[in-house]
Amino acid sequence: MPESTFMPSTETRFEKIGENTLVVNMGPQHPSTHGVLRVVLELEGETIVNLDVQIGYLHTGMEKEAEYQQYLKCVTMTDRMDYLSANNNNLAHALAVEKLLQIEIPPRGQALRVILAELSRIASHCVWLGTHALDLGAMTPFFWIFAEREKILDMFEMFSGVRMMPSWIVPGGLRGDMPEGFEQALRTFLKQFPSALSDVEALLVTNPIWIGRTRNIGKLTTDQCYALGLSGPIIRGSGEPWDLRKSNPYSGYEKYDFQIPVGQNGDVYDRFLVRLAEMRESVKILQQAIDGLPGGAWSSSDRKVVPPPREELDSSMESLIHHFKLWTEGFHTPVGEAYAAVEGPKGELGWYIVSDGTNTPYRWHVRPSSFMNLQALKPMCIGHLIADVVAIIGSIDIVLGEIDR
Amino acid sequence: MTPEFWWGTLRALIIIAFVLVGVPPVIWWERRLLSWMQDRVGPNRVGPWGLLQPIADGVKLFFKEEVMPAAVDKFVYWLAPAIALFPAFVIGATLVWGPNPMLTPVADVDIGILWVLAISSLGVYGIVLGGWASNNKYSLLGGLRSTAQLVSYELAMGVALYSVLLVTGSLKMTEVVARQQAPLYDVLPWAQNWFILTPYGFGAGVIFLICMIAETNRAPFDLPEAESELIAGFHTEYSSMKFAVFFMGEYAVMAMFGAIFTDLFLGGWSPLPLNWDYLSAQASAAHLGWLSSALSFIGGAWMAPVWFIGKVFFLLTVYIWIRATLPRLRYDQLMNVGWKFLLPFAALNFVLTAVWMLFGWLAFGIAAAVVAAGYLMVVGFVLRPRAFKDAAKVHLVDVQANTAQTIEVQR
Repeated sequence: MPESTFMPSTETRFEKIGENTLVVNMGPQHPSTHGVLRVVLELEGETIVNLDVQIGYLHTGMEKEAEYQQYLKCVTMTDRMDYLSANNNNLAHALAVEKLLQIEIPPRGQALRVILAELSRIASHCVWLGTHALDLGAMTPFFWIFAEREKILDMFEMFSGVRMMPSWIVPGGLRGDMPEGFEQALRTFLKQFPSALSDVEALLVTNPIWIGRTRNIGKLTTDQCYALGLSGPIIRGSGEPWDLRKSNPYSGYEKYDFQIPVGQNGDVYDRFLVRLAEMRESVKILQQAIDGLPGGAWSSSDRKVVPPPREELDSSMESLIHHFKLWTEGFHTPVGEAYAAVEGPKGELGWYIVSDGTNTPYRWHVRPSSFMNLQALKPMCIGHLIADVVAIIGSIDIVLGEIDR
Repeated sequence: MTPEFWWGTLRALIIIAFVLVGVPPVIWWERRLLSWMQDRVGPNRVGPWGLLQPIADGVKLFFKEEVMPAAVDKFVYWLAPAIALFPAFVIGATLVWGPNPMLTPVADVDIGILWVLAISSLGVYGIVLGGWASNNKYSLLGGLRSTAQLVSYELAMGVALYSVLLVTGSLKMTEVVARQQAPLYDVLPWAQNWFILTPYGFGAGVIFLICMIAETNRAPFDLPEAESELIAGFHTEYSSMKFAVFFMGEYAVMAMFGAIFTDLFLGGWSPLPLNWDYLSAQASAAHLGWLSSALSFIGGAWMAPVWFIGKVFFLLTVYIWIRATLPRLRYDQLMNVGWKFLLPFAALNFVLTAVWMLFGWLAFGIAAAVVAAGYLMVVGFVLRPRAFKDAAKVHLVDVQANTAQTIEVQR
């Protein structure tokens, strides 16, 4: 057999530890690496002795591209990073730009942002729950929970006509007000979602096989989490009540009454439970937000950032000029830099923007939660079996679009 | 060419036809039922209710390009699917699917159950060889898992059958079925002594059911193919008709094990655990001629295959139901279940069966109560709390929101 018929060997990736080890290439085309993650495993039997994470198969150069785009046009790129919770990305970007501009958003706009962000969180956790269960061989939760996610996507569609990438949260506020029929749809959803979630939980939470597969797998202590820069459900699963919505509230999160679920052991099972509890907390937040939704404007009244309403264009010369300038040149930000982060479904999701005073960012850097969280894969996996790698990847809840950018 | 020979050939052909014709409906039923359980529709386009979908898939696979990786061991690679399908045809040789001695079983040999155990173990060679010959690491791991699985479950399966054999006193399938047509507990004349209705038979039946799911590589024991870990395990490198043969083999063996379970525990071809002859005689004694003939028709030879297939169908439904419900076990957990749980319980069940045989149901009840108490002691107070300790426990923490946030812009 000529060697040339094979792909370049994965064996060279490691100095092999023992005579009896086997190097297996998992991904980038693998059903359980959630996209195009590549993991090179060195196995002894089925036990992992070494592991190497390879990323970059989905690199799109969005951070560089943003340096050539006006701030408003950057928004559509934020959607495509963590494509499972686009609204949270929009929100983090908008907060960073608003920090640069030093503008305030009226209360209705903030509440609507919270509603969109929390719906996004639930939708993202739905995908996580379905795929995580599917990775461990439980098919049914995937279909049941995706039916719920569909309802959320339908609500996003009401806003923007787009299901996954609404781009509705922009610097300066929102693109528009809450659409007709949304409130009713949301209330119906909030009423039936907890019971639908309970149906899925009944299949998994007390299932001995599920507990056996996830308990004491991929344990992380709080110290390890801090050392690796992990955030989100992973650090909460390890017992640290760290949540940006509480520690650095944004968009009026301090007004809502909700709790932080934390686990005890920091294993896959605890992260699973934390995320389930988070969905219920999100429902609580959504209920409060829709009940106490203030009236008034949904966007900033700063005409340098937010285009004037259509009626004004007919009567006001200034408005016409603002409108023209905004849609051709965009707005200029003051010289400076700003970092704003939100508690995304996967952890701290931040935007760091450096402005040189022009209408495009000088540097547009993302602090993606999945990228940081993925670093924990190696310490978590070593010593476990192949089947556990799949469980651990699922419990990190990565999105490759966000990792590679 | 004696008539014996022709009858034997006919019987063998009936079994082979049963397997070949039975596989597409089984696949269709699995896909449809699974869909309904998962809130979706399933294949419903090809033919009425999508019934022709498996045929269409078969035609598609037949015309697909055959991709053979460069470095495979060609002979073994070709042989493996054949070995995987072979047991499905042969295992049915001792199956009893009706009362007509001319038609069933194909071979009423003295070693009927032994034959089933022996042949069913052969199927794993197809998987191991397929995994080995593909020259793919994932396939190899799948094949290895399959071996470990077989070793862990074959033993418990055999030991579970001891109870049945002990009661029957024979390895002959016909005898096993005949024993189940005796009065229930040898007391109630209107009922049949299906082994699943007896305490020892129920224990053996549950263990056998778990083992047969493992034996046929079905969820939650589908480790050799485990699509989320090993992509497709042993058949990753198989395409076109070779893959189809593996696929058919899996479903055919499923159906065959359903049939074996029916014969061994569900009383063979009887529709309900009722003694139809006895009931028919009672009815004619009560001058209810029509009822008598109806009862003897229901329990008679003509309807036997229908009831038999119905029971197999029910067991296939159980397979699918389990697949829709449970996550997959891990490699080591699977072996733990086999060695530490199923095998001891099968042995215990064997001892209890002997107690029943020797001293009757009262002694059995006392012995079973002692065992159950012991089990509760061990599992209920030692193992279970450990497994479920802190389970489903997440603390909800109230964190005071930090309201003193300021907007900072560095200039």
